[in-house]
Amino acid sequence: MNESSRLKTTLLGIPMKSPVMTSSGTFGFGEEFADFLNLDELGGVFVKGTTLLPRRGNDGVRIAETPAGMLNCIGLENPGVDVFLNETLPRIAKYNMNIFVNISGGSAEEYGILAEKLDVDGVAGIELNVSCPNVKDGGIIFGTDPKAAASVVREAKKHTSKPVILKLSPNVTDITEIAKACEDAGADALSLINTLMGMAIDIKTWKPVLGNITGGLSGPCVKPVALRLVWQTAQAVNIPIIGQGGISTAADAIEFFLAGASAVSVGTANFVDPYATTKIIQGLDDYLEKNNLSNISELVGKLKMD
Amino acid sequence: MALPKIAVDASVIINEQVSEDVFRLELLCPEIAAYSKPGMFVQVRVDKGMLLLRRPFGIADVKDKSITVFYRVLGEGTKALTSVKSGDLLNVLGPLGNGFKTDAKRPLLVGGGMGLAPLLYLARFYQGKADILMGGRNKQEIFWEEYFRPYANNIFITTDDGSVGTKGFTTSLLPQLLTDTKYDLVAVCGPGIMMQLISDIAAKYDVPCQVSLEKRMACGLGACLSCAVDTKDGQRKKVCKDGPVFWAEEVQI
Repeated sequence: MNESSRLKTTLLGIPMKSPVMTSSGTFGFGEEFADFLNLDELGGVFVKGTTLLPRRGNDGVRIAETPAGMLNCIGLENPGVDVFLNETLPRIAKYNMNIFVNISGGSAEEYGILAEKLDVDGVAGIELNVSCPNVKDGGIIFGTDPKAAASVVREAKKHTSKPVILKLSPNVTDITEIAKACEDAGADALSLINTLMGMAIDIKTWKPVLGNITGGLSGPCVKPVALRLVWQTAQAVNIPIIGQGGISTAADAIEFFLAGASAVSVGTANFVDPYATTKIIQGLDDYLEKNNLSNISELVGKLKMD
Repeated sequence: MALPKIAVDASVIINEQVSEDVFRLELLCPEIAAYSKPGMFVQVRVDKGMLLLRRPFGIADVKDKSITVFYRVLGEGTKALTSVKSGDLLNVLGPLGNGFKTDAKRPLLVGGGMGLAPLLYLARFYQGKADILMGGRNKQEIFWEEYFRPYANNIFITTDDGSVGTKGFTTSLLPQLLTDTKYDLVAVCGPGIMMQLISDIAAKYDVPCQVSLEKRMACGLGACLSCAVDTKDGQRKKVCKDGPVFWAEEVQI
């Protein structure tokens, strides 16, 4: 319900009421949270990762709580792009969200096919997931090699008129190399970070806790890593960055803006508190007012080094 | 039709130990109590140390303005919960999921261990119409009897060691009960293997059977997909949103 002009943002040519979004895989299709907030308050909703064909996801235990965080290995369970287009998209249209569709493919061509299928009214943009640590065929393979990542971006750009966002993996040696390659290939924005690959072991059974053995770490524990990677990437590219990784409060979000993010996205915090985004939006507005700032853009990249 | 969900700071009315490792927690949350149905659950936030996720608990009773849950001390979260005192606030999200059938004429509720918690509210809902078959390892685990007594018709008890009731498992007694009485619903909640066996027996006697499943979950809202369960037709459903109560023939328990 916050209509403050202080938070109004235009990103990728899309007007947004706030620069606070929700991360793919943590917010369903938005509708799951309709009881808790006005979804159009958000800058955008990145819906659950979508693939060409339906996926059952991984077997066995899919989550584990870890200190100030959690591991997941869902494995991209989703109904497939056709069900998304024919059933989900019409159903969620009433919420007036900016809907960004996170897509995963097994080849660069598959990203192209998905991008083309999703080039329809009601979709605000495409997020290329090249950083899922939990599936074998695709995902992170494209996110750890600059050339492969760039080829996915080019293929998607060729097949859609929508803005294309590439989601970067933190599980790399030099994130800026991949970020620059994607910028050169025509990516309109970058979102980072995806989860950090981790694991947990049950000391009673001596077995991995997760069915998939390893999983993606998220939550407050990853925030300092995410912030560092956003800051490094912001130095290296000129396209907008959607900062994410462990953001639970407005104070967390402000750090990401100062590090160079043009927008932020909230993930695991939605599981802990379904009102998390609303509270962050309110907290950001209060902070801007208190600091006599007229718009959130006045924070972006304003980290002082001396 | 989905009922409205809410997350509220609920005042703790009582947090009392009822057996060696089981506690009863009553929370003042009229908004959630108003929409709770037997079989639904809540997600309680344990805001302590490095704990992050909410803990899901089946709703075991509802009064005018309060809900009651039971929890067994299993890990750090439930251990932290034991130190909560009357008057403290706990953030509660709910009511979540879909509940049991509540219009059976002659229901039999079958529970093992903590699985008896959601059945307690179901028993009360049936106002004395329901028979209860409860199983536990020993007499200490059958503390549930006193809670069910005011709401149940007949109570049948089994223990692994025979310290109270019939020696054996609920599965040993069930065929006899289904032979003697024409039940039109078996509602079961307990360990997976028990629910599997109970539902197999119910199927053999042609009595419709509902199971209440438990899975690790994060959001409780159908968003995180942690709690996927296989259906018999090869699909996947969410325990939190499509369940936790399912018809036995629908899911792979």
